[in-house]
Amino acid sequence: MTEATTVPALPATRADPPLPGPPAGPRPAPPGAWAASAAFGWRALLKIRHVPEQLFDVIAIPVVFTLMFTYLFGGALAGSPGRYLQFILPGTLVMAVLLVTMYAGVGLNTDVSSGISERFRALPIWRPAPIAGALLGDIARYLLAGGLVIVFGAAIGFRPAGGAPGVLAGLGLLLVFALSLSWAWTALGLLLRTPQAVMSAGTVVLFPLTLASNVFVSPQTMPGWLQAFVNVNPVSHLVTAERGLIAGQAAPGEVAWVLLAAAALAAVFAPLTAWLYGGKR
Amino acid sequence: MSIAEASAAAAARHHAPPGGAALAIEAAGLVKRFGATPALAGVDLAVAPGTVYGLLGPNGAGKTTTVRILATLLAPGGGTATVAGFDVAAQSAAVRRRIALAGQAATVDQDLTGAENLILLGRLAGLGRKAARARAAELLAGFGLGKPAARQVKTYSGGMRRRLDLAASLIVAAEVYFLDEPTTGLDPASRAQVHQIVRSIAAAGATVLLTTQYLEEADQLAGRIAVIDHGTVIAEGTPGQLKASAGGGVLRIRLADPAQRADAGPVLSRLLGVPVQAGTDPAALTATIPASPSGRPASERAAAAVTELARCGIAVGEFALGQPSLDEVFLALTSSTGSGNAREATS
Repeated sequence: MTEATTVPALPATRADPPLPGPPAGPRPAPPGAWAASAAFGWRALLKIRHVPEQLFDVIAIPVVFTLMFTYLFGGALAGSPGRYLQFILPGTLVMAVLLVTMYAGVGLNTDVSSGISERFRALPIWRPAPIAGALLGDIARYLLAGGLVIVFGAAIGFRPAGGAPGVLAGLGLLLVFALSLSWAWTALGLLLRTPQAVMSAGTVVLFPLTLASNVFVSPQTMPGWLQAFVNVNPVSHLVTAERGLIAGQAAPGEVAWVLLAAAALAAVFAPLTAWLYGGKR
Repeated sequence: MSIAEASAAAAARHHAPPGGAALAIEAAGLVKRFGATPALAGVDLAVAPGTVYGLLGPNGAGKTTTVRILATLLAPGGGTATVAGFDVAAQSAAVRRRIALAGQAATVDQDLTGAENLILLGRLAGLGRKAARARAAELLAGFGLGKPAARQVKTYSGGMRRRLDLAASLIVAAEVYFLDEPTTGLDPASRAQVHQIVRSIAAAGATVLLTTQYLEEADQLAGRIAVIDHGTVIAEGTPGQLKASAGGGVLRIRLADPAQRADAGPVLSRLLGVPVQAGTDPAALTATIPASPSGRPASERAAAAVTELARCGIAVGEFALGQPSLDEVFLALTSSTGSGNAREATS
């Protein structure tokens, strides 16, 4: 007679000390917009520390591509692996950081689907703070990913002609573009149901864009239809701008193109993200 | 904080005495639809400050939707609600400064450690760095989470996670606590701990709105209960009133020999004057004994019925007279409207 069993009122068995209740005294004033965002930024940094495999899994792909292309095809493509490395590394740098941007959407989706965003939304905080804080964490993640690829490249013989200023300028431009692209993933993260779906959608978009670009070879030898695509591919423009900056010979037109594309991405997807996040009421 | 806000807050803090106008939670005609699905079809609630109020109902009845509207997570589709004196739609920021919420899913970050979760939420509640750390350590120790505090929450058991979740809602003081099914899926020991937590919140003078699927739980913790089904409150009152509405008690009998069930049913039915239900257990029989107009206690009539079975040569293995289960309260409450059979439809 299972349906007849009642839940017994359990006595506090051992002489347990009483559990803590709410604190006495008034509630502190809620944090300001910056303090709340900084708290979420701290959370994002903790996540990098606790789940580093999320970052390394993604960086592994461009690193493997760099090794494979440089040592297998480098000689054939550019005369020697060393010379080819100077060509491919800015490309795989872009690939690494762009792949990491997906996690902006994955992280936000995880928050929403796990229910923790409900707790955040019931707090007396600046409403966009969770997203602003996550972007602070993203900056750290992108710089870490970019820095790791540069260090890896330097270890196998990459020698940027632009020196440290060129590399810093390259990382800076890449960071701007990556942050703008992050908004597309956060919007997608709020639209799709599961973190896995965001991941798949991100992969489906990013892999063709990074492969059918000038990351690995310059498009002159490609068939016309592919050349046409590669030439309008935003990733190609970004890679060209990066190659210029890192070599110390910035192409102002390409840099301007990338900045415009970044502005356009942010202008569309940042408001969309804000609307989707606030509008789920 | 406006003057009106400040004075309303002061009134709520001083827990306006019964009869005073200020209710901790007041809802009138709350309506919410999700697409074509009506989730709430007019919910009214009145919760006095400093009390534990139970919102009782099956899955899909509208409990969580009600809590989400009151906690400002969801805009009401119609109707109005105030929490701690502030309108949930027009003054949501003021409401959020006075509430604490523990959601149905354990809403803590699985990737972070227990301590990091509480420090983060302490910072977000407005505590300084040091105060957030101190409060986190205090709560972790108090809830028996001192040892696993440095482990990621994904390694915690369900009970540990729920305790952490409740600890997170106790970081700073709130006037109104929303606890959405805080014991669902917990083992009895963890459940007893959660009950203790609810009592400690109530002892501090705060108001608790507790949702649950278990009548026993609401019975033990809540001073008043609203039974919610199909998005409306179908009954409201003290636990005793609700149980009375479902009859005097439920007699559950298990026969020694299942083959005798066919004979036992009519005997019981004749003696008690009510239909007897045969459960899925082939030896079981259940009868809801109505409150008797003559005032003869249900226990006496149950005992007489069991004696009669023995006289007829039907051996009774076990029998019990209990309070009605939630199911039985529900059947009693919904039988008049005929909606009792359809309540799975909205879940």
